[in-house]
Amino acid sequence: MTNYDVIVVGGGHNGLICANYLAKSGKKVLVLETRDAPGGCAATSEIHPGFKVSSCAQWLDLLNPSVIQELNLKEHGLEFAAENLITIGLNSEGNHVFLSHDSVDGKNISDEDKSSYINFKVKMLKYAKLLNKVFESRAPKLVEHNWTDRITLAKIALGMKLLGKEDMNDFMRLILINIYDVMEEFFENPHLKALISFDGVLGGYMGPRSPNTVFNFLYKLVGETYGYQGSSQIKGGMGALGESLSASAEDAGVEIRLNSRVAKINKTGSRVSGITLDDGEIINSDIIVSNADPFTTFNNLLGLRNIEAGMARRVTQIRRKSGTAKLHLALDTAPSFVGLDADQMGQRLIIAPDMNYIERAFNAVKYSEYSHKPAIDISISSLNDEELAPAGKHVLSAIVQYAPYEPEGGWDSHRDIFAKSIIDLIEQYAPGISNSILSYQLVTPKDLESNYGMTGGQWHHVEMTLDQVLMMRPFPGASQYGVDVDGLYLCGAGTHPGGSLIGLAGKNAATEIIKRGSEA
Amino acid sequence: MNSMNENDVMMLKTPFHSRIEAACEINLWGNWMGYTTPDAYFDVELEYFAVRSTTGVFDLSPMNKYRISGPDAADFLDRMMTRNMHKLAIDRVAYVVWCNDAGQLMDDGTVFRLAENEYRLCSYARANDWLHWCSLGFDVTITDETAEVAALAVQGPTSCSTLTAMGLEGLQELKPFDIRNYSFDGEILSVSRTGFTGDLGYELWITPSKAEDLWDRLFEAGKPFLIKPFGSHALDIARIETGFVQAGVDFVMAQDLIRPGRSRSPLEMGLSWLVDFEKTHFNGRRSLLKERETGSRYRFAILDVDGNKPADHSFILKGDKQVGNVTSAAWCPTAKSNVAFAQIEMPYGEVGEELTAEIYYERELHWTRVLAPCRVLDGPVFNPGRRRQTPAVAF
Repeated sequence: MTNYDVIVVGGGHNGLICANYLAKSGKKVLVLETRDAPGGCAATSEIHPGFKVSSCAQWLDLLNPSVIQELNLKEHGLEFAAENLITIGLNSEGNHVFLSHDSVDGKNISDEDKSSYINFKVKMLKYAKLLNKVFESRAPKLVEHNWTDRITLAKIALGMKLLGKEDMNDFMRLILINIYDVMEEFFENPHLKALISFDGVLGGYMGPRSPNTVFNFLYKLVGETYGYQGSSQIKGGMGALGESLSASAEDAGVEIRLNSRVAKINKTGSRVSGITLDDGEIINSDIIVSNADPFTTFNNLLGLRNIEAGMARRVTQIRRKSGTAKLHLALDTAPSFVGLDADQMGQRLIIAPDMNYIERAFNAVKYSEYSHKPAIDISISSLNDEELAPAGKHVLSAIVQYAPYEPEGGWDSHRDIFAKSIIDLIEQYAPGISNSILSYQLVTPKDLESNYGMTGGQWHHVEMTLDQVLMMRPFPGASQYGVDVDGLYLCGAGTHPGGSLIGLAGKNAATEIIKRGSEA
Repeated sequence: MNSMNENDVMMLKTPFHSRIEAACEINLWGNWMGYTTPDAYFDVELEYFAVRSTTGVFDLSPMNKYRISGPDAADFLDRMMTRNMHKLAIDRVAYVVWCNDAGQLMDDGTVFRLAENEYRLCSYARANDWLHWCSLGFDVTITDETAEVAALAVQGPTSCSTLTAMGLEGLQELKPFDIRNYSFDGEILSVSRTGFTGDLGYELWITPSKAEDLWDRLFEAGKPFLIKPFGSHALDIARIETGFVQAGVDFVMAQDLIRPGRSRSPLEMGLSWLVDFEKTHFNGRRSLLKERETGSRYRFAILDVDGNKPADHSFILKGDKQVGNVTSAAWCPTAKSNVAFAQIEMPYGEVGEELTAEIYYERELHWTRVLAPCRVLDGPVFNPGRRRQTPAVAF
């Protein structure tokens, strides 16, 4: 008894996007979401009566324009509260660095650095464009002779050739080194270097001197090739993106069931047969698409013993660590940052005075400790969107690096200490802010895992490192959304091209499922 | 466990070495997984005839042995092996093969069920890593006990009489693949009716400290039954005669491969009888099901080759076309036939098909090529009733 052509496990943004495209192709699709709202990490929640925050993902700077357009998200309620925000590197004395997509300014920024920044961005955007050539299709396999894959490979090869000799050589060199060394090559000002390099470590278990930081930087920069000229803020909080994706999917005929936790993906022989919810309800379907992270999908939902042993090994070897926490504050009054006006406070504010500061902050998590002087990415979202807090009051959200999955003794005994040290740090840049805090909420990597199902709290599900991208994402043999279990597909951030509300994993997965048709 | 991991260096000695060294008259030593082992003791043919006519003793201590225990032991083995391991009763042994994810043979071996949740796996190749990966998701403990268990194969028509004379009462009641434990100087001597010769025979398993005593008592008891030790060359003839394939010789173990396409599936090695598709899941099942639907690339064939030149490494021809090659070959004295194991490309190699073996051999630096007609047999050339008869017949 099969009621649905496809069941999507997890109504995160990729799950909803995948379901939507599948429904548009004529399939009967059911999405099962554990939480009480659609969108997964595109979530809004109330931290204090009347105070709402983007509880997980904070900025929108990558969502693929084709997804916004093809799924008519704007007609389904998606509205920007602020677009193309600049990034401001905070200085406690007010000597801030102002970084936009095409210029940098600040009291201590030299003319050399200003022109270097333009050169740097021109070069990096070329590389980001090259990466994007492979992002909008499935990751090509190297050994199987398949025309779809050959075309993708040819696009990369041609794209590299067209960079010209010097840029191509630089690409091959830079992609493998670290953002610290790249910054040293281009810039003089320590604060500017820290500000740019911060985007290379954001969301990763890495410091500026870690490998893969250049790739991580370029991944985020792909957003600029889509037309984003800085971070954007969604009206109503990021949850509104989830709502619009959900509305669009329902419009296309997708059935979405919230508060429905999938406990098990059922398998008969080598083929999936459906799912079992945690209340015992069984729903059958020949095709299951998992928006859950690959580790959860195989380890928890299928069970390692029910898949091939070689695949089980690869699943357990997925690197999925995070060092990222979030802090939300409900503020009684408007905060005041030294040297910033109200408009500037609504931009993206970064605390990371120099690269060694970030590197030292990263040191802590290697030993399961949290940074006492973390690097912080702040959004005072109520300045751009009045709905988020009562009149005259505000909410502040901060991405905080670094925090371990769990410190020794567990988070309970550390939670308040860590939150206080973050608040004390912000206080140095915004004197008086501590006194206006009505309540705060710390979201640790472990909380991210339990609230949003991301193993390890890793917001890309699978760390974005060169050993885990393209045809190796999430692991070889599972890189084209299908896996060695008939009828099972992956569509989440753990698949190509990756996470950060880009939406392409969900779209590409749908394309692949439609293409394989009944043979799957 | 010893720290040796280099199979190519013959640095280890088995617990029987002092006795073997004394018995090895011609000093023909070979390397078996790093152990110094005799290829032959005095004369390959005489050793072979001891196995077929009286009793031959072979030291199989270098065989890799893994203890698998824990509540999920049976489930673990059932997922790893192509056979249904839930059917294996306590004190029974099963011949098994296992595959990688792509349904390609990794190795063959035997599983001994020693107690409710206690098993021993004997494998040709070291399997620590694969066993570990297979154990993900299972509550099992895997211990390499290769060096902790000494083992002898006692094979041949008078083997039961020999062992009974050594004091193993009631041994004749042991059915093929049964295990029975005896007491030996206060230690457990475990006896299984198993072997690699296709004859009546047993394998003895004991703690290494009792190995030399066991050897001495065995040879003392076996004197009237013309007991002799035999080496790997004689074993090779016996196993070819009785149709046993050897991992690493008749198929390349999938984990050792460099070139794609050189591995073989159990279906391609004539081992379909070991593959239980009724099981809903085992490693490689998905790929093997596909192979069963779309067809295999190769067929395993036992060939009866005309003449007496062993067809070692020969090409197999159908008319002028090369359709396969030989992986093992021997002149089999008891069956009086020239046997070769071959990999034949599909669709060739059906039972009864006439093929040609292109044999090259050298005499006094002179190479000669023989085109020997051969035909595909429907089974091994040696398969005596005494191998299976219970109670074992006393010779």
